[in-house]
Amino acid sequence: MRRLIPLAALLLAASPALAGDDWVPPVKDPLVLKECGSCHMAFQPAFLPARSWNRMMDELSRHFGEDASLPADKAQAIRAYLTANAGDVVTKGRARKYMQWVAPGGTPQRITENPDFERKHRFPDKVWQDPKVVTRSNCPACHRGADQGWYEDD
Amino acid sequence: MIRPILLAALLALPVAAQAADARRDAVIADYAAQARKADPAFAGFSAQRGETLFRAKWTGGDARTPSCTTCHTDNPKAAGQNAKTGRTIEPVAVSVNPKRFVDMAEVEKQFGRDCKNVIGRDCTVVEKGDYVTFMAGQ
Ligand code: HEC
Repeated sequence: MRRLIPLAALLLAASPALAGDDWVPPVKDPLVLKECGSCHMAFQPAFLPARSWNRMMDELSRHFGEDASLPADKAQAIRAYLTANAGDVVTKGRARKYMQWVAPGGTPQRITENPDFERKHRFPDKVWQDPKVVTRSNCPACHRGADQGWYEDD
Repeated sequence: MIRPILLAALLALPVAAQAADARRDAVIADYAAQARKADPAFAGFSAQRGETLFRAKWTGGDARTPSCTTCHTDNPKAAGQNAKTGRTIEPVAVSVNPKRFVDMAEVEKQFGRDCKNVIGRDCTVVEKGDYVTFMAGQ
């Protein structure tokens, strides 16, 4: 573990300059990592605007066909983190490009429906049907640095 | 003096930590108390019934997840994969993953979600206790 920390720090420090375009700020909040990251990757809030995250948290009991309800105190803390780090708030790295495609006042819920995502993910069906992948939102299946906000390694 | 030293030794050697965990015992004891309250004739949890629950194929829930094994795999000691999201799931057998079933809120949250998804209803207290008992012995 110890050896990993300086490396991670280095990558973090270098990241915005190195790959502003294929990078978004990673999730650092332990509660968000745990609660959002247990069923799927804890997606970086910069991929959606704050109003999308507010809607997501309002509709947690109908979360993509799933009841993902959480105790009110946890839900409130997660909402605060997601909205404070949303794409229209931080405007860092890839967030800028994603936000350009979001309609004013729109509250998209699927990151994978953003035209910037679609443009970069035109693959033959067999890529999507790989058993490792399962669904388009399984970023870490191909992007090994996805949890750290790195998406350039395609 | 002895206690801090023991504690320090434990912290320094997490690998040596036993699968036994008082917090898991408390989770099972809590379910047992609930089961006894609901049925005074309750005669204890059964690892065998827990295994049957784990391996059963159900039809009442989400068609994509007919069984606990759909995500947790046939082998509780193996890592699983979420059948809907592709996310890796750490093994559920306590012998290989001693962090399992130690937090009642977490256990309850996940039973709530997974039983509804797989079986189409909540698991009963006895089913939950059986399941944890089975995994604690795996
Ligand atoms: C859709 C995939 C999926 C299915 C099917 C599934 N689970 Fe899970 N299960 C998960 C995920 C995701 C977690 C949370 C992540 C983790 O604990 O590693 C989890 C965790 C759990 C936990 C919490 C363990 C702990 O350490 O606190 C229990 C209990 C559990 N599952 C029981 C079941 C039972 C019983 C079934 C069958 C009725 C089942 N699961 C079916 C995905 C699934």
